[in-house]
Amino acid sequence: MNLDLTAIVLQTVLLLALAPLITGIIKNWKARLQNRRGPPVWQPYLDLRKFFGKDMVISEHASWVFSFSPYVVFITALLAGLLVPMVTVQAPLSLFGGVLALVGLLALGRFFLALGGLDPASAFGGMGSSREMTIAAIAEPALMLAVFTMAIAAGSTDISRIVAATLGPDWNLLSPMHVLAFAALFIVLLAETGRLPVDNPATHLELTMIHEAMLLEYSGRYLALMEWGASIKQLVLMTLLVNVFFPFGLAVAAPAGLGFSLLTYGAKLLVVAGFVVIVETTNAKLRLFRVPDLLSAAFVLAGLALLSTFLFQ
Amino acid sequence: MNQLPQTLLLLTLLGYVLGVVASLVCLRAEKAANFCGFGIACLAALTGIAASITGLLTGATTAHESVQILPSLIPYIRFSIRLDPLSLFFTLLVSLVGLAIAIYSLGYNRQFFGRKNLGVFGAFFNSVLMATTLVFLADNAFFFLIAWELMALSTYFLVSFEHEKEESRNAGVLYFVMSHIGTGCLILGFLLLFQASGGYGFEGFHAVGVTMAAGPRNAAFILFLVGFGVKAGVIPLHIWLPVAHPAAPSNVSAMMSGVLIKTGIYGLIRVYFDFMGAPPNWWGVTILTIGTISAVLGVLYALMEHDLKRLLAYHSIENIGIILMGLGAALMFLHTGHPLLASLALIAGLYHTINHAVFKALLFLGAGAVVHATHTRNMEEMGGLVKRMPQTAFCFLVGAVAISALPPLNGFVSEWLTYQSLLQGFGTTSSLIRLMFPLGGAMLALTGALAAACFVKAYGITFLAQPRSEHAACAHEAGAPEVAGQFLLTAVCVVLGLFPTQFVRLLDPVTSQLAGFALSTQLSQANGLVLAGAKATGGSVSTLGLALMAVCLLPVPLGLWWVFARETTVRRGPTWDCGLQGLTPRMEYTATGFSKPIRMIFKALFRPRREVQREYDFSPYFAKNLRFESHVEEVFQTRIYRPLNWLVWRVSRRMRALQAGSLQAYLIYIFVTLVLLLMFAL
Repeated sequence: MNLDLTAIVLQTVLLLALAPLITGIIKNWKARLQNRRGPPVWQPYLDLRKFFGKDMVISEHASWVFSFSPYVVFITALLAGLLVPMVTVQAPLSLFGGVLALVGLLALGRFFLALGGLDPASAFGGMGSSREMTIAAIAEPALMLAVFTMAIAAGSTDISRIVAATLGPDWNLLSPMHVLAFAALFIVLLAETGRLPVDNPATHLELTMIHEAMLLEYSGRYLALMEWGASIKQLVLMTLLVNVFFPFGLAVAAPAGLGFSLLTYGAKLLVVAGFVVIVETTNAKLRLFRVPDLLSAAFVLAGLALLSTFLFQ
Repeated sequence: MNQLPQTLLLLTLLGYVLGVVASLVCLRAEKAANFCGFGIACLAALTGIAASITGLLTGATTAHESVQILPSLIPYIRFSIRLDPLSLFFTLLVSLVGLAIAIYSLGYNRQFFGRKNLGVFGAFFNSVLMATTLVFLADNAFFFLIAWELMALSTYFLVSFEHEKEESRNAGVLYFVMSHIGTGCLILGFLLLFQASGGYGFEGFHAVGVTMAAGPRNAAFILFLVGFGVKAGVIPLHIWLPVAHPAAPSNVSAMMSGVLIKTGIYGLIRVYFDFMGAPPNWWGVTILTIGTISAVLGVLYALMEHDLKRLLAYHSIENIGIILMGLGAALMFLHTGHPLLASLALIAGLYHTINHAVFKALLFLGAGAVVHATHTRNMEEMGGLVKRMPQTAFCFLVGAVAISALPPLNGFVSEWLTYQSLLQGFGTTSSLIRLMFPLGGAMLALTGALAAACFVKAYGITFLAQPRSEHAACAHEAGAPEVAGQFLLTAVCVVLGLFPTQFVRLLDPVTSQLAGFALSTQLSQANGLVLAGAKATGGSVSTLGLALMAVCLLPVPLGLWWVFARETTVRRGPTWDCGLQGLTPRMEYTATGFSKPIRMIFKALFRPRREVQREYDFSPYFAKNLRFESHVEEVFQTRIYRPLNWLVWRVSRRMRALQAGSLQAYLIYIFVTLVLLLMFAL
């Protein structure tokens, strides 16, 4: 196994370019579904461009940790993205880590994000950090159990190998294990990306916010990096979901089939984005102390997925 | 076979003895006592590192060597040390952490000048180091127990060093009592082994378990589990740990959390893997279960703490749990006949042992500097220290990332190995037991995420934002020796994190001794850049690769900055305060507030209780006075230990009738006992 430099560069570019688009599509569709016109799908790009050009105001209480965090959040999200197969079965950096490293990298980003929230001495930031870490803590076992179920079935924690196993001919995409693990991971996806019914990405200055509360003191290019990092993280988790559970169309060898692979990948992402939009539109935000119920439901689903490997062999 | 490690080890032990003597000689001159006692400890620890590394890299792989260091006058006792890989590995651990703590102490102890007797402190510190090294090296059960007791007693004196505080005295007594319950169990356990082997030498104990009947064998398993479990701080035997570790001076806390509780782990490995032979399945299952429970409960209790040192102490319980998960899995694999996986799980456990020693000592040293600067252990009165103590803050951050098992540092590597062994364990058996592995993995994930939450809290409240008290506002950075000690451990954290394949090579002799496989070549791929699971397809990780890749990606945000934001300016301004007259530290999020969601989610465990008293004139929203109290119930204390304590009191009150104070009565007791024993014997 060698590192393919072109693949690394291309996937980095794809991650950077596609992530704001998905965020924009979700926003736009959500507005349409609610009978509003909504911002155009490329609005996030314009926002990022605008943030980069703005002067920054940094809190006088903040330390170097505050300025360091945006870089960590951005780069860990990118690195995590390089561990996931996007359009080819072989992820560019799969040699450097599998699904455990992916979860670890995202956790590292979250750790610094939460520290950045605490640093400016604002009560909002502290509240956001506290809630973010709590929700992450109860989402983690469900995420890991669902992932373990897949990893055990494939005999590897390497995501490329898991995908290769699901692509294999004797794999039943409608097996109970598969469906249950998918449901569990979808719930975790909603929680991890700060979507309704766990967090509301559209509000500011409300006592219910989680992710946005931590970003409150960020401005200018740091805010841009934070927002971009968050949308890359969302893209990475969606990619993990679609390509592990529905790996059709992924190119096995690099140049051949890349066009078709890109096309199917885009279609799959749009379907998941559509699901997210429907869930966000049809559900109200849960009270904070109801979220554990939702996430323990995800844990139970993942546990059932694991059990079903016994029952339906 | 070369004599170098052996000579170096004897020099190390001699060095510690010299340290004791030198400290006592300089009893009157405290500066000299501090310098001699801890300086000599540094040199001795350095020799110990050299000895164990050379020993592990060279000859020690084959047979173990036994060296008599003192003549023995009594049958059964041989004062001999053994140089086998397991002993050498743990000697490396104690020497490495001991070195950093000794350097740190050179500066830290200055606060005791003119207040306390540093000669005695230095003497006990050296004797703890010596006794711990001897515990790891002893080749005879009697010698082991003597060293064990010496270690416990010296630690007792160190815990109650600041004996003018009632807290320290009580902590010392609790530690003393719990420690001796453990020692009692160990003595009984060794007697059972003696029955089977007919001697007290560790050589004779090797694999003696297979010749024992099931009853005594299982009894020995439980006795050793309790005996060593008390020392390691396994739940529910942990109650002394969060009391004793914070009460001691911080360098002693680092010693206890970093090294002393590892003697329990050493003992468990020594007995279960070396002495007991092939284990029945329920042993491994028990250890794995206990480990999981300790890990989850340890971190949950840590989250509830706002005393910085108690928080760290509870994290020791969590990490001991993680280590035990590795060991339990290894025992289960030995039972099902998978020595290769057992080696992997053992590597995971041992790797986490040394990792925890390093980052926990680092965090306690940092906490010591912070507590010294702010005069409190209460996190609610800290804050803003990252600007006032930048070096300590940096080291503490590295330690916090490492203990939260985040890449690319060492905690991530050992937890990755633990996950790998748990996942691959799923295929070793077809019974329902195998569900334990992924469920254990999920609990490990929960533990890791909660630990991250806890260290966001610990770091954020202690070091970031505004200072919450006068003392925190005028805190000052620790002196050069303190900082040097912390940076040494920080560097070790980074090295252990980035170069796992190189470090695993040191573990080769240990696993081939205990589980029959040397895995380092299998675990290392791409010239040692990548750490792989035991199977080539099982997955791989490269912390160094990820770190390098992160550096390669850095041009992306920096380039964007250069392209778009070259012209922009940065301005300092106040934090947004909702239009109030500026933020005060009292408006910041507190440690208690930070962990409130978790307290509410796990309220069945914590049984939180709160009392709010308001005094107001016309409306409850405009209170004149507000009193707020919040408590978390410590279930083990109130539900197990308090009733037990009460029972012991009652029984001893009854027994007081026997102890009438009359010599004649005592003589009669002795006589009657003698007669009864004789009758029993005949």
